[in-house]
Amino acid sequence: MQAFDFVSARSVDEVVAALAAGGERARPLSGGTDLLTQLKEGRRAYETVVDLKRIPELMEIRIGTDGLWLGASVPCHLINKNADIQKMYPALHDSTGLIGGTQIQGRASLGGNLCNASPAADGIPNLIVHSVTAHIAGPNGSRTLAVEDFCVAPGRNALQSGEVLVALQFPAPGKNFGAAYLRFIPRNEMDIAVVGAGASVVLSDDGQTIQSARISLGAVAPTPLFVKAAGEALAGQPVSEETLEKAAQIAQEAAKPISDMRGTIAQRKHLSGVLTKRALRIAIDRARGTSTVDSLGRLNGNG
Amino acid sequence: MAKKVMVQTVINNDDTTFVCETRQTLLEVLRDELGMTGTKEGCGNGNCGACNVMLDGVLVNSCLVLAVEAEGRTVTTIEGVAEAEGLHPIQQAFLEHAALQCGICTPGFIISSKALLEQNPNPSEHDVRLWLAGNLCRCTGYDKIVRAVLDVASAGQAKAGA
Ligand SMILES: Cc1cc2nc3c(=O)[nH]c(=O)nc-3n(C[C@H](O)[C@H](O)[C@H](O)COP(=O)(O)OP(=O)(O)OC[C@H]3O[C@@H](n4cnc5c(N)ncnc54)[C@H](O)[C@@H]3O)c2cc1C
Ligand code: FES
Ligand code: FES
Repeated sequence: MQAFDFVSARSVDEVVAALAAGGERARPLSGGTDLLTQLKEGRRAYETVVDLKRIPELMEIRIGTDGLWLGASVPCHLINKNADIQKMYPALHDSTGLIGGTQIQGRASLGGNLCNASPAADGIPNLIVHSVTAHIAGPNGSRTLAVEDFCVAPGRNALQSGEVLVALQFPAPGKNFGAAYLRFIPRNEMDIAVVGAGASVVLSDDGQTIQSARISLGAVAPTPLFVKAAGEALAGQPVSEETLEKAAQIAQEAAKPISDMRGTIAQRKHLSGVLTKRALRIAIDRARGTSTVDSLGRLNGNG
Repeated sequence: MAKKVMVQTVINNDDTTFVCETRQTLLEVLRDELGMTGTKEGCGNGNCGACNVMLDGVLVNSCLVLAVEAEGRTVTTIEGVAEAEGLHPIQQAFLEHAALQCGICTPGFIISSKALLEQNPNPSEHDVRLWLAGNLCRCTGYDKIVRAVLDVASAGQAKAGA
């Protein structure tokens, strides 16, 4: 690693000042599981590294009537073991349990996952299906951005020079809400997603009709995808394999993957459909409080 | 141009102050500056778990922590695992189960296993395998490691029940 100045910031203002002063040569540090590997490999070099983990707002988990305020630098393990989050934001719980292994989860944050803007990031589809808003601070004050607009290209996010992601704001889930995130990897754990799929639903009181839904796919486009049309096709429809199949088809068509060492275009397209349907089934089960599918979203152990 | 800073920490219950470069990892400082070579380097990029330590009670890869980040924090390494009376039960179980061959992965596995049992004293085999998925071993085939950890857990349960 090349030498750099290390700033342990104590407030958002301090971060913004340090980032504004350093410009392109300054970079924030959350858990470092992406940044330090990039610095070590020499893929990136910065003159200033600004640690965010001693800023209370960035390390806060706050649940209130208006939803969840998740500090950008909170590590996955704290999110994953929070019982309220598991109940209210189940796709967030899913994601934080499968990023890296235990020791990566001790450090890796969702702010880092989002800002790193990998097309295959396991943390981003859940943010999209949970309708998260990114809270950003910068030299010109604060602004917010819908999380589906945050990633602009592989490894590039929408932050301007001097800006820092402060928190992720999750709206209150409301009743009959359920969500899930699933990924396909050849190993059981510790691998990069071939495809990832997130789904959320709001059901009618009798659990038979889908009032609204959101679908998001990872690793099938230059940025994590919000497949708005798939969710819209489900709105007002009865819960049935047929309707889920329709949404899965739309998701599959929206996927624009590449072929690489992890998978081919055809495989990724196929998986986009399968995982969308399975994530939907889990989300519906969770909204109803039933368990008709296994943890991978399969009916009777297959399908 | 090396940027040096002074860092105050508590390592294995000892107040420890060291001087390091900002770009040095905690792993480098432990091994090269402090002579605590029990913590191993395998991959250097977060994939193998040989470098695992506890930072403020949380399991982390020390190869992906900057040493300066340890300011004011507590660190537990493999050197801090044995007890005054002798080996920690997990260390003893690794010996009894022959859960090591070359041994380079062992400190990381022991730190990880200890962290698991502190948080979940009665894990299933699945829990153990999942928790240890970020620790790689080239020699043992994992089975003996998993048996060792399950054995310590059931001994702990027997004691708790007695
Ligand atoms: C062994 C290993 C396994 C992994 N497995 C997975 C996996 O299964 N799934 C997955 O999705 N990822 C995985 N990753 C990648 C990584 O762990 C995640 O992307 C993680 O969530 C990054 O978070 P972090 O806090 O460590 O980010 P950092 O490394 O601290 O930061 C990542 C990037 O975001 C920027 N940044 C961080 N915080 C902010 C902020 N608040 N405002 C503005 N910019 C910011 C940094 O400057 C940097 O460019 C793995 C990494 C390793 C090393
Ligand atoms: S040396 Fe740190 S994980 Fe391999
Ligand atoms: S004993 Fe050799 S790597 Fe595990």
